[in-house]
Amino acid sequence: MIIHREYPVQAGDYITAGEASADIKRNLKQLGVSGKVLKCVSVASYEVELNLVIHSLGGVLMLDVDSDRVVLESKDIGPGIPDIDLAMREGYSTANEEARNQGFGAGMGLPNMKRNADTFSIASSPAGTCITMGFNLKEQ
Amino acid sequence: MIRSLKTAGTAINGQGLSPGNEELLMKTIADMVKVLHARVLCGEEYLDRPVGTACCSDLMSDVLAFVNEKTVLITGLTNPHVVRTADMLDLKCLVFARGKIPTAEMLAQAQSQDLVVMTTRETAFTACGLLYEAGLRGVPIEWPEGEEEA
Repeated sequence: MIIHREYPVQAGDYITAGEASADIKRNLKQLGVSGKVLKCVSVASYEVELNLVIHSLGGVLMLDVDSDRVVLESKDIGPGIPDIDLAMREGYSTANEEARNQGFGAGMGLPNMKRNADTFSIASSPAGTCITMGFNLKEQ
Repeated sequence: MIRSLKTAGTAINGQGLSPGNEELLMKTIADMVKVLHARVLCGEEYLDRPVGTACCSDLMSDVLAFVNEKTVLITGLTNPHVVRTADMLDLKCLVFARGKIPTAEMLAQAQSQDLVVMTTRETAFTACGLLYEAGLRGVPIEWPEGEEEA
């Protein structure tokens, strides 16, 4: 493991939302990650962080980097996603008015994450949602 | 991860300048400032940067989905997430339409990202029309293989 970072993310905190992703991007740049991989991780990280702020009761965003892979993991404490297939559909959103005023809630968050990651998994229950995304640092 | 791409809509938004407009008039950010009669709020030292394509949206998730770093973002939204989105995508230029002016905190953040930020009194619609007329085109949407266009 090269680095491990954990970022607590508070529900509804639009002021600091994005700071974790900015720090993740800084860390990856310092490690020499650049170009398309850096953009893909940054976009996915920002989307998942905003999802924690908009939809969860709070959670944590974790970054793990080793020599050939970046892993982003988001874990929250609920309330869970009732229908994951529906939530994965582009344009479907349950975001509130406040999120929309901030420029989010377009229903692109989860599809954007999946699109940018090499591996994507999501599991959800009322106790919480866990999203894990992997990004290859070396071409397969 | 997007690996193999097909480009949608290049006939109308990728290239395809109208007859008599074969030369791309819009070459640098400075050209945009002239066309939009815009006021530069920060990043004057970067006005000679080349302009690639443009995107107009208030939905940052759409911007995150479709935009690349050579794209200019035109928006009517003035909150810190516009600048954060620009940071995630390494965008080089933001245009605020309808005379909107971001906060001092946003401009300070934009400066730290070496962003050019300008404001124009034109509406977003008119700003896009003026830029299109001057030869600037929309960002080609990249559809990953297996995803169907609408």
